[in-house]
Amino acid sequence: MVVYRGEETIDRQGEPLHLKIHCSTKDRRTVLTPLGDLDMAGAPSLRQAVIREVGEGHNTLVIDLSAVTFIDSSGLGVIVGALRRTRSHDGELVLVCPNPELRRAFELCDLDRIFELHADLEAATSKQGSMPG
Amino acid sequence: MELRVPAQAEYLQLVRAVVGAVAAADPGITSDRVTDLRLAVSEAVTNAIRAQQQFGIPDRVIIRCNVAESSIEIEIADRGPGFDPDQALDLPAVDTPERLDHESGLGLTLMRQLADETVIESGPDGTAVRLVVRYGDQ
Repeated sequence: MVVYRGEETIDRQGEPLHLKIHCSTKDRRTVLTPLGDLDMAGAPSLRQAVIREVGEGHNTLVIDLSAVTFIDSSGLGVIVGALRRTRSHDGELVLVCPNPELRRAFELCDLDRIFELHADLEAATSKQGSMPG
Repeated sequence: MELRVPAQAEYLQLVRAVVGAVAAADPGITSDRVTDLRLAVSEAVTNAIRAQQQFGIPDRVIIRCNVAESSIEIEIADRGPGFDPDQALDLPAVDTPERLDHESGLGLTLMRQLADETVIESGPDGTAVRLVVRYGDQ
């Protein structure tokens, strides 16, 4: 079951960015679902969301890229940083990435060697294993 | 086609949309190559914006787009302080823990993989990146 926790649009320097982040909980895991482009404009919002979640003790994250329309090195960098942040808190990061264009960006940077890109949220959370009760 | 955009990240989406539309207008180019071009241009314009923001340079970033037979050439010019592309940091191997300490450094790699030709001319007065994507029978 997915529990909706909220949605945010982070303003920066008074300008609204074209990235929303949907936040939910599924099977005790925090799921961050960015909606929009993960580029230099949008990626900082995802970084802030990851820092906030890990800081609040939600260190087992799923980033669901199903609604991301574009990713470049800025977005990939934030996801690399998210893996570092979760692991440094004994957590883990799992990705949902059904979009072939986004998958290609991961592959071009060899990041598919450190991330398993799941087709949907069910596959990602079942692969992640059971959470302690 | 020439675009002059403020050195602000919010304009990246516009640049990608315009460059993508110009490229896609040629029936000879595949959607995959348009995708490659949009990503390569996004990387180059991101670097240009960063270079100018870092030093508070207010000039606009210039994007020129020339469509030829079976190829498209994009030039991205900024007024940043320049850099030596040969001195770009080599990232640690992807399967090492140290790799996770680096959130940046992939832009040049992506440009060089996605474009058929990537030429960077950089000096103290700015940087010009020329990206060429070819398609169809050469």
